[in-house]
Amino acid sequence: MNDMRITERTVQTNQAKITARDVQVYYGDTHAIKDVSVDILDKAVTAFIGPSGCGKSTFLRCLNRMNDTIPICRVEGKILLDGEDIRDVRVDPVQLRAKVGMVFQKPNPFPKSIYDNVAYGPRIHGLVRNKAELDEVVESSLKKAALWNEVKDRLAAPGTGLSGGQQQRLCIARAVATSPEVLLMDEPCSALDPIATAQVEELIDELRANFSVVIVTHSMQQAARVSQKTAFFHLGNLVEYGDTTTIFTNPVDPRTESYISGRIG
Amino acid sequence: MTVLLLLLILAAIAAAGFVLGRRRALARAGGNPKLLHSLPAYYGWHAALMSLLPAVLLMILWVIAQPIIVQRAVTDTLPAAMTADPTALELTMADVRRLAAGLDAAVAGGQMTENEASMLRTEFTDVRDKLARVGVALGSAVTHDVLSAAQEYREITAQFALWRMIVVIAVAVLGLIYALAVTKPDLWARNRVERVMLGLLMLASTIAILTTVGIIWSLFSESVNFFRQYPFTEFFFGLTWSPNFRGGSQLGFLPLLWGTLYITLISMVVAVPLGLFAAIYLAEYASKRVRAWVKPLIEVIAGIPTVVFGLFALITVGPFLRDYFAQPLGLGNSGSSVMTAGIVIGILNIPFISSLSDDIINSVPQSLRDGSFGIGATKSETVKQVILPAALPGIMGAVLMAASRAIGETMIVTMGAGAAAKLSLNPFEAMTTMTVKIVGQLTGDTDFAAPETLVAFALGITLFVITLGLNVFALWIVRTYREQYE
Ligand SMILES: Nc1ncnc2c1ncn2[C@@H]1O[C@H](COP(=O)(O)OP(=O)(O)OP(=O)(O)O)[C@@H](O)[C@H]1O
Ligand SMILES: [Mg+2]
Repeated sequence: MNDMRITERTVQTNQAKITARDVQVYYGDTHAIKDVSVDILDKAVTAFIGPSGCGKSTFLRCLNRMNDTIPICRVEGKILLDGEDIRDVRVDPVQLRAKVGMVFQKPNPFPKSIYDNVAYGPRIHGLVRNKAELDEVVESSLKKAALWNEVKDRLAAPGTGLSGGQQQRLCIARAVATSPEVLLMDEPCSALDPIATAQVEELIDELRANFSVVIVTHSMQQAARVSQKTAFFHLGNLVEYGDTTTIFTNPVDPRTESYISGRIG
Repeated sequence: MTVLLLLLILAAIAAAGFVLGRRRALARAGGNPKLLHSLPAYYGWHAALMSLLPAVLLMILWVIAQPIIVQRAVTDTLPAAMTADPTALELTMADVRRLAAGLDAAVAGGQMTENEASMLRTEFTDVRDKLARVGVALGSAVTHDVLSAAQEYREITAQFALWRMIVVIAVAVLGLIYALAVTKPDLWARNRVERVMLGLLMLASTIAILTTVGIIWSLFSESVNFFRQYPFTEFFFGLTWSPNFRGGSQLGFLPLLWGTLYITLISMVVAVPLGLFAAIYLAEYASKRVRAWVKPLIEVIAGIPTVVFGLFALITVGPFLRDYFAQPLGLGNSGSSVMTAGIVIGILNIPFISSLSDDIINSVPQSLRDGSFGIGATKSETVKQVILPAALPGIMGAVLMAASRAIGETMIVTMGAGAAAKLSLNPFEAMTTMTVKIVGQLTGDTDFAAPETLVAFALGITLFVITLGLNVFALWIVRTYREQYE
């Protein structure tokens, strides 16, 4: 397939932004993530792939402690952000999440205007000093999320009135506006048409210049197109992790091979 | 008694109809339910409903029509002098019915045989005395005409009851026979049964609506009577409320409206923040265990009768406010005050607001919370900026409904705020509301033609319009903004 071409992109740094060691996640008695250790690189895009229910979202949510909000969820192991344990008592999960932003699997715009949706993060974190700056942040974030042209005339309209794909891009703009250091995206393109998908992929590629991006995707082509590193999850295990090129052309584990070629999943 | 018996018989016929209908459908399909259009039980229901519904309908009509027909028949036996004037007729008929009921009671109690009751003559017995001995008190001595009318009444009623029984049972059986006749494998029994169910559902809502219409109608017609006797403008714009049954009343409604609004305002100032904060705590912060305890405890308040709240206002809150606020501040020394009633009604409304708001806040989707936490907002930022705005329309609805409850509250106002209609800004002064005055004007020995009494209906319909307006507004708000997170 023509889409299957693998872009030869070099990883710009080899420095790990997030280091996870022996992470276990339990939902009550269910062991959802087993012994996962992985290094997520700075200024690179990492793709998480794997069959539905294998724990991609769960592991992603560990990285900014969103699992704290689920009462039955228990996380064990070490997760370091810039060498600092994010589960340390001295780390405020709220500040952590400002640094590690997240876009969810289902679009969840706030019942506010489009403008206020995007301005939400900068406002609560005091990132801007005046209205003009805020306007600028909102505009640039919407542009990055490839939504600006569609909504620039109706910024005061409610965000919930947008189409599903527009809502998802609004949520991306909202996450980008906070300028996180790491951006976690859980299937950001599942509701988007090919054009918007291409735009979001372009955005991800741009973001890579400054941020570390982790993206969960069910599309092998997308993983191949945008990521430098790929992690393949299966039944809560991290089966294989490595350069995207290697994973897609020369996987070590037979499970990876059969998933990529469409035999499991 | 016979009506009850008749209903039991109908139920038995319907039950038989169910069994027969089901069996017949199966028999016609050669015992193979797959050949039937609907499940076998639907044919049973169909037969049961076909025998029950027309019969019950007929019975209801009969029960309504019978007294009218009997009355007409009995009237003909009375001398023309007693029936000429409608009021006199009404009184005589009341006597006749009472006497007939008395004879019934005597026969049922065994003090008289059926024969004795129908042979009774005023010429030979003091009927009033005789009935008094068996425990039936009659107002005046029984005349010959009334007694014979009562006997006639009993006889006709008994006949009618017998015919009713026969006809209704006949209709039920015919219905059953019809149902069995049409029961064929290709009869759409399921659709027919569901149509009947739909009809029942519609009937239920129609009854509710008709009741409302009836209430409005009675309020309205009496109010029209009132405004015939008392000028419209003086009622709506009068500043004085001083009804006087000897005439010369001033029935200005503004002092009452003011009292109502003032008390409602104070109660909302108490109830909205407390109820809302309690709801936010319960919905967003409280752990499961705390919630399991605190929520029912708050809701206990809702189960306390308002008269008990009235006592609390009268004995505790009123004197407390007077001794610690009103007197030291020089604002009067009244035990009952707008403040007392307002605060107590506010407390009454806390669980109403908190439990409605709690449900509304809980129904804000978790994904919105996640979205907010996911970009690093704290819990309180999330509550303030995402959850409350999302829940606001619903909360507004709850608040407005609580307001209309406060407007309609009577007992607490009577006991907490007194009954003096006044236009004053001082919250420590006794004032009163429309509801209290409605009760006040209608209780006691009153003349239902005087404007002083009829004003209650005018107040009632005004109150109704106000609360209706509030409720409609509340519904409108909820409807308009509900779709936001869908
Ligand atoms: N809130 C929860 N409570 C209980 N179990 C959960 C919860 N969330 C996820 N799980 C379980 O954890 C496992 C991993 O789920 P997760 O959502 O991480 O899968 P996923 O890889 O993201 O799947 P998908 O591709 O379908 O989104 C699943 O078995 C799921 O049933
Ligand atoms: Mg997922």
